Amino acid sequence: MQFGIFTVSDITEDPTTGRTPSEAERIQATLTIAKHAEEVGLDVFALGEHHNPPFWSSSPTTTLAYIAGQTSTLQLSTATTLITTNDPVKLAEDYAMLQHVSGGRADLMIGRGNTGPVYPWFGKDIRQGLPIAIESYELLHRLWREDVVDWSGKFRTPLQGFTSTPRPLDGVPPFVWHGSIRTPEIAEQAAFYGDGFFANHIFWPASHTQRMIALYRQRFEHHGHGTAAQAIVGLGGQVFMRKNSQDAVNEFRPYFDNAPVYGHGPSMEDFTQQTPLTVGSPQEVIDKTLGFRDYVGDYQRQLWLIDHAGLPLKTVLEQLDLLGEEVVPVLRREFAKNRPADVPDAPTHASLVKAKYGDGAPRQATPRANRGDNLTAGSPYQDAEGGTAPGRGAAFGLASAGTAGAR
Amino acid sequence: MSAKRIVVVSSGLSTPSSTRQLADRLTSDAVDVLRERGVEAEVRTVELRDLAHDITNHLLTGFAPPKLQEVLDELATADGLIAVTPIFSTSYAGLFKSFIDVIDPQSLTDLPVLIGATGGTPRHSLAIDYAIRPLFTYLHAIPVTTGVFAATGDWGGGGDGVRSLPERIFRGAREFAELVERTDRSERVNDPFSLDRPMGHLLGGLAGE
Repeated sequence: MQFGIFTVSDITEDPTTGRTPSEAERIQATLTIAKHAEEVGLDVFALGEHHNPPFWSSSPTTTLAYIAGQTSTLQLSTATTLITTNDPVKLAEDYAMLQHVSGGRADLMIGRGNTGPVYPWFGKDIRQGLPIAIESYELLHRLWREDVVDWSGKFRTPLQGFTSTPRPLDGVPPFVWHGSIRTPEIAEQAAFYGDGFFANHIFWPASHTQRMIALYRQRFEHHGHGTAAQAIVGLGGQVFMRKNSQDAVNEFRPYFDNAPVYGHGPSMEDFTQQTPLTVGSPQEVIDKTLGFRDYVGDYQRQLWLIDHAGLPLKTVLEQLDLLGEEVVPVLRREFAKNRPADVPDAPTHASLVKAKYGDGAPRQATPRANRGDNLTAGSPYQDAEGGTAPGRGAAFGLASAGTAGAR
Repeated sequence: MSAKRIVVVSSGLSTPSSTRQLADRLTSDAVDVLRERGVEAEVRTVELRDLAHDITNHLLTGFAPPKLQEVLDELATADGLIAVTPIFSTSYAGLFKSFIDVIDPQSLTDLPVLIGATGGTPRHSLAIDYAIRPLFTYLHAIPVTTGVFAATGDWGGGGDGVRSLPERIFRGAREFAELVERTDRSERVNDPFSLDRPMGHLLGGLAGE
């Protein structure tokens, strides 16, 4: 099971000091947090995407690529990547690049985004959010699996003979999670492709998450990717810890009371009772997190939100220390107990390569010299699967042959 | 036939409130009319004052605390709604609108509604028709043609001497009861997690479902 943190990249005033960090300071702080996540033994760092202040993370692959260069084992992910307002072609390129420079340590979590104006800023209509998400992901999925893509749809200009470069590392696309709070169609989408499903979980009651995950698991089995218990599930969570529970409550309360999203709303006590938020001792976090399994089943990835609402860097690093030293080692041990042998771990690049090639050598995509004739002269790659020699095959033949059975 | 389920929402702020009193009168007449027609009714009366914090929290967090969620669930499968609000500054009370705002916009579709309102003078009585009725029409609920406005004077001798408040209450209650009797809303399956369109349909039939 993977454990990690996710950040929304908010730049928020520290309510205890009245001070707001600059963009530069907060960006550097986040890089430090990511590196420390690896140092304390966490597995995953996931970064949000926003296109308006007070958030800074508009370009996640740039940030994650830098973190990749500064770390060696940390899995880099997103929370979430906007499939609605980003061009799926650019996403295919950017995340394949991230996969290459990180040595296969990249995956991503697809989401629609809920900031209204972002849609018109990027030329989209929020009322079409779901149809765009469906169409764009289908294209992204193909771009990573077919060397040459002919495509047309409603929300993007058509493609004829397009090759997304670089081809995914070792011929294995990055693993994809789909994040949604309340849309059953997204659970269905994740299940259809055999991808992971991530329940944000942090702003909603457990009963809601339970129903979404149950739907995803049932549809995962329906679409033939394995049993319901083998579906790939991730959960969010939100914690603040001190050795003594009451110290955590006292220290976190001003941050809670003024937090973006839920601040000035419910009491911290009510919110703690109604959502996965835990404010208390490491043991309380352990107990609450272990309880998640009771309503979603054995799952693959747990991410916590620990750095929002203006919490200072020093405090966040202390939270990471507590997670790494006291919480995660116990959770690894306890979650492993009674976990059925046929419930898989979260897919990694290594496991996906193994699944695709066994002990064989993975694909190393090697282009031919560019003759500008992708459509008529076979694959642009010397090692294309199916191995058609250049110059053979009718016009459009290879591209369409490549489509069949690609999923 | 199983009992019809009626939710009564009163957003009066004082205790006791004339808004609640009007809600109770409307309810009592509606239940009587139904009973005369051989239809039993279960009534759940909700004072929005008791839910005021939950409603605000829902607006701020995006989810309903348990007590409010229970009311929203009941509304989604109710056979009728009796909605009564005081008129403040020419329109429904803010608390009433906040409550409407946290209701899933689809969940009142086809719901028979009896509108009541209270105010200091009868000069505000048209607020039912220019403010409250369009709200329910927008949500595809079915407000009955008679809305009942009770001004302070209606509770004594200073009200309308030709069409008295009890007469107006009865007329609205009768129209409401007729719709409640006919609806099958409480028997419909209502699952927010149901999948209306499986992936094959979402993708335009590619998956052959």
